[in-house]
Amino acid sequence: MSRPVLRRPEYHKINKDLFVLTYGALVAQLCKDYEKDEDVNKYLDKMGYGIGTRLVEDFLARSCVRRCHSYSEITDIIAQVAFKMYLGITPSVTCNNSSRTEFSLILDKNPLVEFVEELPAGRSSLCYCNLLCGIIRGALEMVHLAADVTFLQDRLKGDRVTEIGITFLKKLDEKKCRRRK
Amino acid sequence: MADAALFEFLHTEMVAELWAHHSDPGPGGQKMSLSVLEGMGFRVGQALGERLPQETLAFREELDVLKFLCKDLWVAVFQKQMDSLRTNHQGTYVLQDNSFPLLIRMASGLQYLEEAPKFLAFTCGLLRGTLSTLGIKSLVTASVASLPTCKFQVVIQKT
Repeated sequence: MSRPVLRRPEYHKINKDLFVLTYGALVAQLCKDYEKDEDVNKYLDKMGYGIGTRLVEDFLARSCVRRCHSYSEITDIIAQVAFKMYLGITPSVTCNNSSRTEFSLILDKNPLVEFVEELPAGRSSLCYCNLLCGIIRGALEMVHLAADVTFLQDRLKGDRVTEIGITFLKKLDEKKCRRRK
Repeated sequence: MADAALFEFLHTEMVAELWAHHSDPGPGGQKMSLSVLEGMGFRVGQALGERLPQETLAFREELDVLKFLCKDLWVAVFQKQMDSLRTNHQGTYVLQDNSFPLLIRMASGLQYLEEAPKFLAFTCGLLRGTLSTLGIKSLVTASVASLPTCKFQVVIQKT
């Protein structure tokens, strides 16, 4: 064939769709395997964790992020670099407490739910995108940061926005905060 | 491309997770897990097939469909073309990929040969699903002689 196959825009979309569709098939399969929503959520989080621990290396190799000096910098990088790189979206970041350890990522658009109109019947507690929480948690742990990551709001459950809450659990090591003089 | 990486990571995790969950001590357990992955691949393949550009749906011959899978679909999904396509012109096709991306991360050669089928089940389903959307019923199996080279065998089912 003479046309440049690699550059056709439809194929770029297929590549993006592949992940989203596969994720949908996975959630459907887990719903078949587990009756309780909490179990599905737990499994999605666990799988996400496994992915996150390996994804972080891929991320660091592709991006040129410099060492961070604060949780807020880290959260910014997650939102503006990582989410952009892998999902093509840039959630906005808000800080939820004065000690600057609790943050929220507000997702206006969520590619993972592109083909999902509503949660399946009888699955009102399903955190459809729970994989994302696990990924963030796993990735952070690989860079020695413990964090709780959960969905605080979910559009699929009727909330206005989809909000992921990140709570950093340990203070960053003092040495890492030393600035260059 | 970063998107591709995300799919690959998800696929690897799925293989690990579904395997652990469905595994039985007996040989029946292995079959069940492969068919679960294949079934998921099938559904995704069907959905992808529905998203293909319109002109691809106007194939004249079966061979054109297979060529399309080897070139366009493979590039869209794996960023490379299939390396070879052979057929007996009687409904059986062998598609060979010399460096299949989902096997690349594993060691090359004969190590992990036993594990390889788990990493191919989803893709077999994907091929079968896409063919199904294009109006072709098939049976797709895969074999690995030496990583990361693998062959997908497509047998068209005449109705």
